Amino acid sequence: MTTLKIPTPLRYYTDGQAEVTVNGPDVATAMRNLVEQYPTLEQHLYNGHGDLRNFVNLFLGENNIKDLQGLETPLNEGDTLRLIPSIAGGSDDFSRRRLKSLLQKLRRNTCSPD
Amino acid sequence: MTLVNQRLLQTILSENAGLEAHVGNTPLIPLRRVIRGLSPSVSVFAKAEWFNPGGSVKDRPALNIIRTAIANGNLHPGVRLLDSTSGNMGISYATFGAAMNIPVTLTMPENASPERVSILRALGAELVLTDPLEGSDGAILAARKMAAENPDLYWYANQYDNPANWQAHYNSTGPEIWAQTGGQVTHFIAGLGTSGTLMGAGRYLREQSPAVRLIALQPDDGFHGLEGLKHMPSAIQPGIFDFNFADRTIEVSTEAAHTMILRLAREEGLFVGISSGAAAVAAIQVASELKEGQVVTVFPDAGYKYLSDKRLWEHS
Repeated sequence: MTTLKIPTPLRYYTDGQAEVTVNGPDVATAMRNLVEQYPTLEQHLYNGHGDLRNFVNLFLGENNIKDLQGLETPLNEGDTLRLIPSIAGGSDDFSRRRLKSLLQKLRRNTCSPD
Repeated sequence: MTLVNQRLLQTILSENAGLEAHVGNTPLIPLRRVIRGLSPSVSVFAKAEWFNPGGSVKDRPALNIIRTAIANGNLHPGVRLLDSTSGNMGISYATFGAAMNIPVTLTMPENASPERVSILRALGAELVLTDPLEGSDGAILAARKMAAENPDLYWYANQYDNPANWQAHYNSTGPEIWAQTGGQVTHFIAGLGTSGTLMGAGRYLREQSPAVRLIALQPDDGFHGLEGLKHMPSAIQPGIFDFNFADRTIEVSTEAAHTMILRLAREEGLFVGISSGAAAVAAIQVASELKEGQVVTVFPDAGYKYLSDKRLWEHS
């Protein structure tokens, strides 16, 4: 099971839920499972060809799945996905900034005299 | 007797007045190729707002908000200007803050484009990045909280509720459009973010001619990728917005705006941002319904701040 975090504008379609539990071995299947649970989400997330709309970004932990294996990115029990609309391309860098920040924290902790 | 070259004098006075003197008086550019097929008696013009010193239409309200706050005694030494932003307003605050020695603190969604973050940091603004899942409304709530908890440290500019926002457009954008079209504008289209452009320029134009049609543009969905624009039914309502003000509201999809910015770049030589693409889509839709008229819209910014999204520019 994967926890999928829902952005504010889409919570109207998830009965107000900020988090939804989805099932599937990869991101594509998990997203389809989301739409099965909340069918009115489909038109907001997918285009007429069945592809995710191009401003829809999914983050697995701190990484944009576009930097991983896209929709084929495998999911493990307990993973958290976040659904975040791109506001003009920031999301790719968003993941890098978060990753950099995380690495800095790890380095600080590693170098700490404690 | 000394002859004075008035134009030269104006230029010198303007230059000595500093960066603030160069806000406004932006070009009104006719669209030519993307409007092929329209009636030959219909024109479509775009206000090229990236000509402002801070690179966007937001220079107008930011400067007026700052000047009004200084005049009212709200913004004074020892106080930081605080507001929420999705990017452009923050850049304008930071630009004039640097020029006028006013410290600036901004709340902004963490998924704002890297260009925006870099520009704001270069200009010396303090940034508080908010949860991207909450979008621009999350940034608004964060700014409200910070202002309530630190009233002595911050002056909350509150662009969404501050009348100096729409008044900037009433005093500059509206009169410029009226003058640049020789009073011939028939339709004015503006995207809704704070709604300041529509409410201010629209009020002015309607006063000059009640026949001018005012058209609001918003994303077609609360979940969208049109940076700077708000889907009003599902967002926190700006206090300066009047739902009944516009004669009509047009909804534009993110995909249509993306397609249009490529067309504007390749067919008009206009390298503009995503909200400008949305404005062009709406303006062309309105123009296509007319036999004659002069349609004016606003292109809020240029495309440079969107380059990091390579998918936007590389598809054909």
